[in-house]
Amino acid sequence: MAARRHEPRGFPRQVLDSGQSLLIIFAGVLLIAGVAQTAALGVSNVRAALAFGGLIAFGELLRLSLPGDREAAPIATAGALAYALLIRVGDTSARQGPQQVVAVVAIGMLVGALPHLAVGRPARLSAMAARLVAVACAAAVFRVLENRSLIGGHWWYELPVMLSLVILAWLVEAVIAALIRTDQLRGRFGVTLLDEMHVQLPLGAAVGASALLIAFAAEVMGLAAVAVFTAPLLVTQVALRRYTGIRATYLQTVRALARVTEIGGYVEAGHSARVAKLAVSIGRELGMPEPALLELEYAALMHDIGQLSLRDPIPGGATVLVVREEQRRIAEYGAEVIQQARVLDSVADIVRRQSDPCRPADRHEEPPLSSRIIRAANAFDDLVGSSVESSRASAAVQRLRLDTASEYDPQVVEALSRLVSRRSVLGP
Amino acid sequence: MGKLSRIAWLYIGAVIAAAAIAVAWGPFTGIRWDQVAALGLLLIACESTATLLNSRSLAWSANSTASLASVILVGPVGAALVGCCTLFGIRRTPSLAHRLFNTGMFALSAYLGGRAYLLFGGHVGMPGPSSFPGIIWPFACAVLVHVIVNFSLLRGVLWVTREPGTTLGRVGLDFKLVLTDIGYAAFGVLIAALWSVLGPFTPVLVLIPLLVARWAVAQFAAQQRAYEATVSALCQAVETKDFYTRGHSERVSRGSVMIAREIGMRAERVEAIRYAGMLHDVGKLGVPTSVLQKNGALTDDEYAAIQLHPMRGLDIVREIGFLDEALAGIMHHHERIDGRGYPMGLAGDEIPEFARVLAVADAFDAMTSNRSYRGARPVPEAVAELRKWAGTQFDPAFVDAFVAAIARDGWKAPEGAPPGADQTAVGDALSGSGLSGDVLSANGASGNGASGNGVSVSGNGASGHGASGNGVPGMVGELAGELDDPTGPLRAIESI
Repeated sequence: MAARRHEPRGFPRQVLDSGQSLLIIFAGVLLIAGVAQTAALGVSNVRAALAFGGLIAFGELLRLSLPGDREAAPIATAGALAYALLIRVGDTSARQGPQQVVAVVAIGMLVGALPHLAVGRPARLSAMAARLVAVACAAAVFRVLENRSLIGGHWWYELPVMLSLVILAWLVEAVIAALIRTDQLRGRFGVTLLDEMHVQLPLGAAVGASALLIAFAAEVMGLAAVAVFTAPLLVTQVALRRYTGIRATYLQTVRALARVTEIGGYVEAGHSARVAKLAVSIGRELGMPEPALLELEYAALMHDIGQLSLRDPIPGGATVLVVREEQRRIAEYGAEVIQQARVLDSVADIVRRQSDPCRPADRHEEPPLSSRIIRAANAFDDLVGSSVESSRASAAVQRLRLDTASEYDPQVVEALSRLVSRRSVLGP
Repeated sequence: MGKLSRIAWLYIGAVIAAAAIAVAWGPFTGIRWDQVAALGLLLIACESTATLLNSRSLAWSANSTASLASVILVGPVGAALVGCCTLFGIRRTPSLAHRLFNTGMFALSAYLGGRAYLLFGGHVGMPGPSSFPGIIWPFACAVLVHVIVNFSLLRGVLWVTREPGTTLGRVGLDFKLVLTDIGYAAFGVLIAALWSVLGPFTPVLVLIPLLVARWAVAQFAAQQRAYEATVSALCQAVETKDFYTRGHSERVSRGSVMIAREIGMRAERVEAIRYAGMLHDVGKLGVPTSVLQKNGALTDDEYAAIQLHPMRGLDIVREIGFLDEALAGIMHHHERIDGRGYPMGLAGDEIPEFARVLAVADAFDAMTSNRSYRGARPVPEAVAELRKWAGTQFDPAFVDAFVAAIARDGWKAPEGAPPGADQTAVGDALSGSGLSGDVLSANGASGNGASGNGVSVSGNGASGHGASGNGVPGMVGELAGELDDPTGPLRAIESI
């Protein structure tokens, strides 16, 4: 099952902004300095440099996308970190300085990226730059410590230092990635950083442990460690690739099947997709974490599935125009359908509560935030439709605002209003 | 486990006895017991994190890592002893028989792997810098022997404990699984190599990537299950438009998979056709409900609306990152071999293979389930009908494959009759028009009208085995794929 990489939700991606350019320029300077200095001083231990460079190129070739339009190259990162932390290869001690580490890693990455470029897949320079900077940090600190003879001798002294440096590199990469993401998606930095760490933690642990294993194993096995070690990390990568693939297909399928209500004439064309997009933007504006955003997206896509139970479609599909009881019945039926899948119970719950007013008159508890978001997004889209006029959007927001006393969550409507004023909700 | 046959007990007993003899034979000289203990703990950790494979009666654990590290560090006898630690794995294993078998299997695989290692010139003990890369060759042989013995013993136990009258299919022969296992086994040499540098800390460090890999595999399996469940739930929602087609997608999917397996399609294509079957009629949503549920003759406009449904289906699923083949299958599942189908009127080999498979399964399910205009027909009659139209409407090769699969595995006809439906069937819609398959036959049915000429009804979904189902689902033989019901008796037998 081929997975197409899905575009980031919400906003169109800016090509390159100043923050990313700065990062790439910094990485470029590092690369040039590293290569120049290495050329001047001469390459120490050429065989090790070639072996690790080859591993990094290979890993870069096998880079994979992770959920949420992220990119990772676990094998390349592990190879790069191991090279940075290498103490001995066989009996000879490894004497490469940080500049040589940077040069080998950068050249390896570029070589590995070439085949991708050749078949027309663009290199994501910012992700590569982030990986390079992270490794450079670890290499610089490690060589300083090594030169002062603070490490060396027994694994008991080496391991804690190396472990901290692996964690440092991982943190540096996560922070850079989160900064880029915050900028692109206009999220909140704290939330984005936590999301990033959450996604990268398991893979990061595997990469870090593998890097340490190679660095130690090179001492016993020589450069054979590089070859033997690659197979196990490949297993993780294969599983993750398949996981990401099926996850993307999952989303595509829900998106596609959500359109059955449109084809059946129950709702206006594009309604589900627009509501989903808008709901996710609002959710992000309100600082929801990524797993919750995914559930929100599923629920928003399928919020009208209950209309299939109607024998005759509602005119224009506008649920905002039907009576509360009918709305509740549609929501209930939709939730039942989703619940049948048995794996999306929280999504079903969001769909079930979407027609409840945000301040229920009776003793009912307040519906979940996601339901309130979908309610507002749905109402907004029923009023605005596929129109791109900003005056119409502002009028719709005004209309929703009038109902914030009981119907719509004021916090959600305000977030929507901010999005409208940034003009980021309209258009295709 | 009283359910196990005598042959199964004999087999398990033989495996355990062989392992016991190997261990008892010795020699025990030169085995470092501290290493055996540490490796045994590692193996118990691996064994305790075993995962059940997706819808299989098999579980998978990373035991081969510990086993192969033992092969290098403590030799064949020591490795067999480490393998015996499988017995103490903390798992919700339902029966002692499974546990004993797994223990015997791992001990024996490790022992023979260790023998192979020695045979091809490997040295027992902590490898040093001088051992590399010379150690790779004997180690690779050990890995190979370990995997082969493991898989063979496993196939054997699946064979002796299988349900009578069923085939094993390709259970346990998943190529990717073998690769995965070899990947884990390669970790064994890392543990052995690092022992001299990192000491007993090695397993801790090695376990991290191991657990992450297992986590990733589990994530994948969970996501796939979730995906299947969601697609199936959404398809059911779509089917609510037409009561008579309830469960149709699911059954067409099942039938297509039966054909695909029978003709030996690759696993990924079988997966794709499974989804194509589920989604093949999604385009019917674009057809007005009144037309779908109409009893009388269709006007030309209504007929045209129905003919559009494969294209509309394609419109909906086009954005899913499917194999293109599945899309082509959905679009052309109403083509006929003689070129008189729709939407394109393709003939013979012009029709994509998936579409020809779907057409057979689709027509068959339509015949064996109730429709508003007629009752369900018994399986043998539907089979005869398929044969009759093979060559004109259907691809004869796929009809043959389907008939063979049904004869072997049976067919689970839909249960129950719709409320208020006329229980004594209506005329034979299909032979009336020469078109089998769902909606279209309505067109032919109108000609015959509601003559009480009774094809027998829903209850008698007799199977290929001749067991009269009486409408009870599950009475009829189950699909090979459903043999591995996770709740079945084989549940915890361990693979690799």
